[in-house]
Amino acid sequence: MEKCWQEKGNYHTCYSGAINTNRHKIKMEFSPIILSSLSLLSLLFAAIVVPLVISSQRLLIAISFSLTAVASLLAVAAGCWVVGSGLINKLILPLGLPNLPFHLRLDPLSGFFLTVIGLLGFFVSIYSIGYVKGFLGKRSVTPLVIFYSLFMASMFLVVLADDAFFFLISWEVMALASYFLVMFEDEKTENRRAAFLYLVVAHVGAIAILLSFGVMAGLATGFETFNGYTFDAMREAKFSSGWATVAFFLAFFGFAAKAGVVPLHVWLPEAHPVAPSNVSALMSGVMLKTAIYGIIRITFDLIHVFPWWWGAIVLFLGLISTVMGVLYALMQHDLKRLLAYHSVENIGIILIGIGLAMIFTSFNLPILAALALIAGLYHTLNHAMFKGLLFMGAGAVLHATKERNMEEMGGLIHKMPWTAALFLIGCISISALPPFNGFVSEWLTFQAFLLTPALPNALLNLLIPLGAALLALAAALAAACFVKAYGVTFLGHWRGHHNPPSAPPFMKGGKGGVEVDWFMRIGMILPAIACLGLGVFPTFFIQWMDIIPEQLLGSKIAASAGAFGWMWLTPVSHERASYSGFIVFLGILSVVAVVYLLLHTRRTAVRRAPIWDCGFGKLTNRMQYTATSFSMPIRRIFGFLFNIKEQVRITPPVPPFNKGGGGGLHYHLRVRDRFWNLFYQPVADASFWVSRQFGRLQQGRIHIYLVYSFITIIVLLVFLR
Amino acid sequence: MTTSLAAQINSVLAALILLTAFGLLVQRRIYGLLHLFAWQGLFLSISTALVGYAAGSHHLYISSILTLALKVILLPYILHALIVRLQIRKEIEAVVNVPTTMLIGIALVIFSYHLTAPIMELSTLVTRSTLAVALATVMLGLLMMITRRHAVTQIIGFLALENGLFFAATSATYGMPLVVELGVALDILIAAFVFGIFFFQIRTTFESLDVNQMAKLKEED
Repeated sequence: MEKCWQEKGNYHTCYSGAINTNRHKIKMEFSPIILSSLSLLSLLFAAIVVPLVISSQRLLIAISFSLTAVASLLAVAAGCWVVGSGLINKLILPLGLPNLPFHLRLDPLSGFFLTVIGLLGFFVSIYSIGYVKGFLGKRSVTPLVIFYSLFMASMFLVVLADDAFFFLISWEVMALASYFLVMFEDEKTENRRAAFLYLVVAHVGAIAILLSFGVMAGLATGFETFNGYTFDAMREAKFSSGWATVAFFLAFFGFAAKAGVVPLHVWLPEAHPVAPSNVSALMSGVMLKTAIYGIIRITFDLIHVFPWWWGAIVLFLGLISTVMGVLYALMQHDLKRLLAYHSVENIGIILIGIGLAMIFTSFNLPILAALALIAGLYHTLNHAMFKGLLFMGAGAVLHATKERNMEEMGGLIHKMPWTAALFLIGCISISALPPFNGFVSEWLTFQAFLLTPALPNALLNLLIPLGAALLALAAALAAACFVKAYGVTFLGHWRGHHNPPSAPPFMKGGKGGVEVDWFMRIGMILPAIACLGLGVFPTFFIQWMDIIPEQLLGSKIAASAGAFGWMWLTPVSHERASYSGFIVFLGILSVVAVVYLLLHTRRTAVRRAPIWDCGFGKLTNRMQYTATSFSMPIRRIFGFLFNIKEQVRITPPVPPFNKGGGGGLHYHLRVRDRFWNLFYQPVADASFWVSRQFGRLQQGRIHIYLVYSFITIIVLLVFLR
Repeated sequence: MTTSLAAQINSVLAALILLTAFGLLVQRRIYGLLHLFAWQGLFLSISTALVGYAAGSHHLYISSILTLALKVILLPYILHALIVRLQIRKEIEAVVNVPTTMLIGIALVIFSYHLTAPIMELSTLVTRSTLAVALATVMLGLLMMITRRHAVTQIIGFLALENGLFFAATSATYGMPLVVELGVALDILIAAFVFGIFFFQIRTTFESLDVNQMAKLKEED
């Protein structure tokens, strides 16, 4: 427990004695944790007071999303401050049960996640001011506003909580708030089903986390007092290897269910597409990251001594998620579902970093572990940015076309130039192409992979390179997937059955365009800039967050990573590998500029003409290349991984042939997740069976119920007297 | 009156209470049940007063008067009014036949004696020998609730069970604190009212007071 209590008004602030006291500076009056508490208070204000006071829906949207944006900025400030200074702030709230108060703690790890959540929260809040207006007149937006603010607040609380009790409360509030957000358009059966599935998976995961904390809290005090519920007590406890393994795998299972690690990912592609797009951006961009935070917190901070095979399992599951996520994503033609499967992939990449860090730590290679952890954390930040951007872009497309199916889109680059350009930035970033941010973190992950020969274990030396190969495969497939997503959605011509979108109601007097309003545009421009900045100047950000591995693993990489100035990123040593985002960016920029000049300065370079149709003469827009045809080769190669049902039905032609009596050709394709039948169907069947058996207890006869209690009493009297 | 005499009289009263409990178990007529219940309340009231006298704890007199007022006069009267209102004439059917019920009841009494034997050795109270009877009364009340079909008999079983609890309280500890007893008395009264409303509801829904009808409420598979 703390020795340095110091009361200040209604809070206590103090610096931990648990982790290297010498590093902490002298306490300040206005600490980061006060800043983050302010942020929380304004979120709660936005959730509770604002909807009560303001009756106009339009005003409600503007005010509450502005408030959440401000609150997010406060959180970012607090997070940046604490990561930059390496402070550890604590606060004991006068809330909670008697003698079990809530503890808050802001250290660089939680500060980093606070920054990630706050940053995307800020962008999405701006975007929401424009996006949520689309619901005006259709349904009340009050629940969306309330649960959005609560959702943000609970995500902040999850990373700030410093005891198991408060952590779980925040975790559950987060799950419930997001459940109601997924359910927002509750008149559709699909939405209700998805939300229910999400709720079930979230609760099964929460039970596992609860049990894990129970094991650790119990062992921390030898099952004697309740004081073990604080994270401080767990940090100081020594767990036997068996119990530590139990605690870790329970927690990992719980967090993996939230993060969507294969095979616990099934809720993700159901829930993300049906939620409003600003919510999908937050859920995919940052809510999944709270699970990553939980894994890092429990593994490196609370348990902190572990065998290598834990890391190997994390790495293995990360690899599986990466490859399966991207392959499933390739099979989708629903834009948001595709993005949801990419979240599975990216969570896999982050887990690869964490798994490698665990392996390196257990073999006592702290510098390499720091590199792998930085790779994972950097990808966490990057994924929040580009996935947020992509979901917001998908939301803009959905907003304009009222359509999620890519096969019904096309040519949107002419209708929505801003969205198209910003979505392209997101696509390049997620495909890990320089100069954007996805490249940097995947490159760092590869560096971590390539350093595994340093491990003193022959088996790992043999197997881990295979993992690197799988990651490379996934990266290439992801690029293919986004060529498909971008090409089919934005390029070509409108291929839908319906008319192409024209000025929608929220753009009065639009000149035939369907571009979204400026709030939504700014909400997407900012993360796009962040993607570029994170890709071009990685050294700054890596130096900034280097304090996290230093506190968790006792080693940092900035000294070597930034050895050649801010321009060159050289993890470990410059002889091995170096990357300069800035020079690559300049190179790409100059090539693009030269090509643009060459094409557009001469009048003859671009010529618009009808498509050559080989003399067929009846080409329609429906004959364009589609998403299904694009992914067909990959579907053939990896077909064994999916549950594919492919049907071609030919309707024979009926005379007279010249008057539309020609036969039809119907193609039907259904690709399903194999995991559903493998894992979930049996579990669902079993639970229905069990509940039916229990249903027999309910006979509807009072006598039977009385007999139950009678027998219980007799049995208790006989055996327990 | 000496303590031993009080203890002996108390034992006689305990025996009478047990007898009425068995009577409740076998009685088929509803008015008979009501009378037996009133008698049980009367014995309980006398026994409470006696224990209060012997032990010198005077708050038991209040309990005794409460018992007399509630369980001997008020509740039988309410139930009587209910029976008249609902026009219940029929004889009461039991789920299990009477001899079997009796055998189970005897087994329960033996079981109670077996259970309370260790307590009786430890206790120094004059009332210690009646604890087994009290426990048996509780169990017989529960048994009555199980074996009878009619809603009115269920409530009588419930009240008999409560009598047993009350008796156990006096015999094990010379009664609960007065506040608790007042609370319990009030609870019983409210329970009787709730049951009354409940009867009307059952009858309007199922046109019968046979609780078996409630099996219809079961969820279909």
